[in-house]
Amino acid sequence: MPEADRTTSLDDGNVAGDPRGHGDDVRAVPLRHPGRWVASALVLVVAVAVASSLVTNERFQWDVVGEYFFSSAILSGLWTTLWLTAVSMTIAVVLGIIIALMRLSPNPVLKGGANLYTWFFRGTPLLVQLIFLFNISALYPVLTVGVPFGPKFFDIPANDILTPALVAIIGLSLNEAAYMAEIVRGGINSVEHGQTEAAQALGLRRSVIMRRIVLPQAIRVILPPTGNETISMLKYTSLISVIAMPELLYSAQVIYSRTYETIPLLMVASLWYLIVTSVLTLGQTYLERRTSRHRRTTETFAGGLLRRLRPHDTRVTAGRERP
Amino acid sequence: MTTSEASASPPAVRIRGVRKSFGRLEVLRGINLEVWPGEVVCLIGPSGSGKSTLLRCVNHLEKVDGGRIEVDGELVGYRRKGDKVYELKDREICRKREQIGMVFQQFNLFPHMTVLGNVVEAPVRLGKMRQREAEAAGRELLARVGLAEKESAYPRQLSGGQQQRVAIARALAMRPRLMLFDEPTSALDPELVGDVLAVMGDLARDGMTMIVVTHEMGFAREVADRVVFMDQGRLVEQGHPSEILERPSHERTQAFLRRVL
Ligand SMILES: Nc1ncnc2c1ncn2[C@@H]1O[C@H](COP(=O)(O)OP(=O)(O)OP(=O)(O)O)[C@@H](O)[C@H]1O
Ligand SMILES: [Mg+2]
Repeated sequence: MPEADRTTSLDDGNVAGDPRGHGDDVRAVPLRHPGRWVASALVLVVAVAVASSLVTNERFQWDVVGEYFFSSAILSGLWTTLWLTAVSMTIAVVLGIIIALMRLSPNPVLKGGANLYTWFFRGTPLLVQLIFLFNISALYPVLTVGVPFGPKFFDIPANDILTPALVAIIGLSLNEAAYMAEIVRGGINSVEHGQTEAAQALGLRRSVIMRRIVLPQAIRVILPPTGNETISMLKYTSLISVIAMPELLYSAQVIYSRTYETIPLLMVASLWYLIVTSVLTLGQTYLERRTSRHRRTTETFAGGLLRRLRPHDTRVTAGRERP
Repeated sequence: MTTSEASASPPAVRIRGVRKSFGRLEVLRGINLEVWPGEVVCLIGPSGSGKSTLLRCVNHLEKVDGGRIEVDGELVGYRRKGDKVYELKDREICRKREQIGMVFQQFNLFPHMTVLGNVVEAPVRLGKMRQREAEAAGRELLARVGLAEKESAYPRQLSGGQQQRVAIARALAMRPRLMLFDEPTSALDPELVGDVLAVMGDLARDGMTMIVVTHEMGFAREVADRVVFMDQGRLVEQGHPSEILERPSHERTQAFLRRVL
């Protein structure tokens, strides 16, 4: 092992078998970083100030926060936020994949349609899209199912079916699909073309290649930003409050418009958003680990967490790797 | 098997006047070539001469611009009806490709599947075999390429030579009648080349029809029935390995061989 030989020849006071050596080793004084100390002190001062104000500023009204935190109105708002996120995100992912496949298609009409879609939904604010959709009955009072310029099957008054919940789902998922399409497209493009060619050479059909070979590999690239999008989606659902759908923020608003306890109720909503986004972040880490398993050694999520919680273990393993 | 005794049966591959351009670049300028059943043809030539392109035309990974290619007497990628030729549907092209195995320079194993998963994917997806059956057949193939104990490993846990042998087993799983190899050992460390060439040699001795693009002149000399030299999109000369490699008649072949040998 030339590596070891070189080490021992440099340090002749060393005893074979003990690479760290003893006695003659250099006792280096670590480099000082005064800048870091100043920065740390500043951060600490700010943290203490914020913490003390949280405790001492009575206008936070922590007792009110506690009173409403588990109230049924808030919990039902939270539930609405959660399912709205889940449903809209699911639709957005499916739609996003379809639009991504359209963009990658050689058919210019499909490609053009997908480009137009992405251009529109990414180019206008979500809030505007939502309000627009909510007022769609002003534009199309009657929705007609039929063939353009051809036979009509039936008419429905727009207001009858476009409930706030439906507007919310449609608005959030159509908008999100445009972003998901870009993410999926990037993921698909990240898979080497050789993969498709190898699968084609085996005689697999295009749809099978996409489903079995390309998408499963694209997932590794698609998943992390999709996790971020889910977290963003959760927060964007608060925009739905403008169309009076009782999600988490609107539920808090309904209460404080009655009791004028604005700040504590905003705290209630914020804390719940924080809790849910934290849980989602954990889930995201877990999923990313699972999908990238074929490229790493088999470390389970729990195992990894334990390993990181016990720094002692890592040192032992690291030592063993370099005898 | 010599060319003369095989010529009794129809050719496994018949390439007639094939032309192909990428934009302005003419890559194949009228190629004629027959490959007989059970024959091993090594395709040699300088970089950019169109060897890969020709190979990829044989299984329709590239469309030809002119001429035609028949495998087992059937057009590849097209159908003749009357005096017109129609392009086939994806599904029909796939059915033709099933009979043609291909091995790539970069292996192109599916990284998210185990070794056995790679081998059984095509036969199972294409409904040739049930999962169980395909796995048994796959294990046999892996044993044949000397990787029986690696079936549950993932590609990136294998050396390049092992990956390429898995790729060969994967191609064989569809029981092809023709195997195309595009520089199968060019991406390998020198000490790993031998194992892959040995597997290919076994395959040749078992009577597989093979077209092999290679820079391994030793393999060409020992295994090939015929060596074909290509340059600038044309087939310059062909013949028995000893003839082409020892006594090339064409000046361009001589120049090429001086460089690689
Ligand atoms: N998809 C493509 N688009 C454009 N040009 C291409 C494409 N594929 C190949 N070419 C060009 O066609 C020519 C022939 O390529 P080909 O890969 O067939 O050569 P080759 O004989 O296999 O060379 P090598 O020994 O380097 O693999 C090259 O000049 C290459 O740049
Ligand atoms: Mg090539």
